[in-house]
Amino acid sequence: MKKIRVLIAKPGLDGHDRGAKVIARALRDAGMEVIYTGLRQTPEMVAEAALQEDVDAIGLSILSGAHLALTPRVLALMRANGQGDVPVFVGGIIPADDAEALRGLGVAAVFGPGTPMSAVVDAVARATARPADA
Amino acid sequence: MNPEPILSGDRRALARWLTALEAEQPEAQDLLATLYARAGRAHRVGVTGAPGSGKSTLVAALAKAWRARGQTVAVLAVDPSSPFSGGAILGDRVRMQALAGDPGVFIRSMASRGTLGGLAATTADLARALDAAGFDQVVIETVGAGQSEIDVARTAQTTIVIEAPGLGDDVQAIKAGILEIADILVVNKADQPGVEATVRALKSALELESAARVSGEAAPGWSVPVLTTVATAGDGIEIVIDALAAHRIQMQSSPIGQQREIQRLRRELEARLRQRVWQRVEARLAPDTLDLLAAQVHQRVIDLESAVKSVLASTHTHTE
Ligand SMILES: Nc1nc2c(ncn2[C@@H]2O[C@H](COP(=O)(O)OP(=O)(O)OP(=O)(O)O)[C@@H](O)[C@H]2O)c(=O)[nH]1
Ligand SMILES: [Mg+2]
Repeated sequence: MKKIRVLIAKPGLDGHDRGAKVIARALRDAGMEVIYTGLRQTPEMVAEAALQEDVDAIGLSILSGAHLALTPRVLALMRANGQGDVPVFVGGIIPADDAEALRGLGVAAVFGPGTPMSAVVDAVARATARPADA
Repeated sequence: MNPEPILSGDRRALARWLTALEAEQPEAQDLLATLYARAGRAHRVGVTGAPGSGKSTLVAALAKAWRARGQTVAVLAVDPSSPFSGGAILGDRVRMQALAGDPGVFIRSMASRGTLGGLAATTADLARALDAAGFDQVVIETVGAGQSEIDVARTAQTTIVIEAPGLGDDVQAIKAGILEIADILVVNKADQPGVEATVRALKSALELESAARVSGEAAPGWSVPVLTTVATAGDGIEIVIDALAAHRIQMQSSPIGQQREIQRLRRELEARLRQRVWQRVEARLAPDTLDLLAAQVHQRVIDLESAVKSVLASTHTHTE
């Protein structure tokens, strides 16, 4: 049986990856394979890792405030790579208007700081469920 | 599956093929069979050692050096799965960031559990796929922790075992089984204290080892070098690259080197056959058969050997 593979990436310049690591562990504990790429990723690096790792979903952790600049670039690169159908999640401190804008761009869901881990895991599991599992 | 995109360098197609091979999909395995004749050009290098010894950092440094020599590099980085959830955190890419953006490098992370055919078989298939896709160097990183990881290292043509300083002079501290598989020993983190003592310990362990060394495992005329590196700074990397190339030439040019490769393939063949035969038996068993038999053995209604015979008889795999 194929395992769900999720890329957890931290694009941008902020140096805090606590939140990203907590999410990575929660997804692992839910039985998923989490590819963790570390700090200070460019959108190009995120898209390249997603391509090589053939992931089923991507989680971007962005605390720098640059979510409106970084996310569309990741989405555009993924489309160019033929991975436009891979769900992308964004986590971070993101104002409601921006979250709306991100969803408008095609982001599957936006998670704020207080989001329970179970909600994150559920959202990823649902977005990556294959027809056969339903 | 269509081989054209993969052979023409389509990275998405390659990535998807690797996923399908990991899931042991028959079409993916058929494609590997089709392309098998094209594989065998790459140098398959295993890198193993204790957690945190610097494997990924060293692999990244080796990859940089190969790229500078115009060679392309694929990395297969295996990390352990959680025995509790079956999930995994695969974090080796963190140390390989410097390779990003280079179309001559392809990095793939893989979790150690959850493959039907066993880790070594699946890893070997993925390594062969990367070989067939045309990479010059195919590096497999595994944590040298258990037998299955050691088996993975043995699927490589040349295996590097990494130690970090701090072993002291204690030969006993060297993990059992790990020296037997080393073609090249690297003491990484040579910027830290205790390097000389660790080198000494490894050399003396190698002397003990060489007498007992599994015959045919080491190439004749090859004495395992103990090299020191600072992977974070790139120090000592060229010497490792040269040693890898020298070992490969040694293996290819000597009849005993060829023999070792044939032995390796024989082991792989046997492991796959075992797996396949077991799968056949398992597929014909009712789900609780073994539980019921174990309970009967426990109650001394039947003995183990008779239980085995009854299973073989009922699954028609008894060929005597
Ligand atoms: N001082 C020093 N640190 C190093 C050296 N090589 C690697 N490190 C550090 O050691 C740590 C572990 O390095 P990795 O390359 O991730 O080690 P690894 O063996 O791949 O680790 P796992 O895959 O988790 O088993 C990192 O913090 C590296 O920066 C070195 O030569 N000197
Ligand atoms: Mg590593």
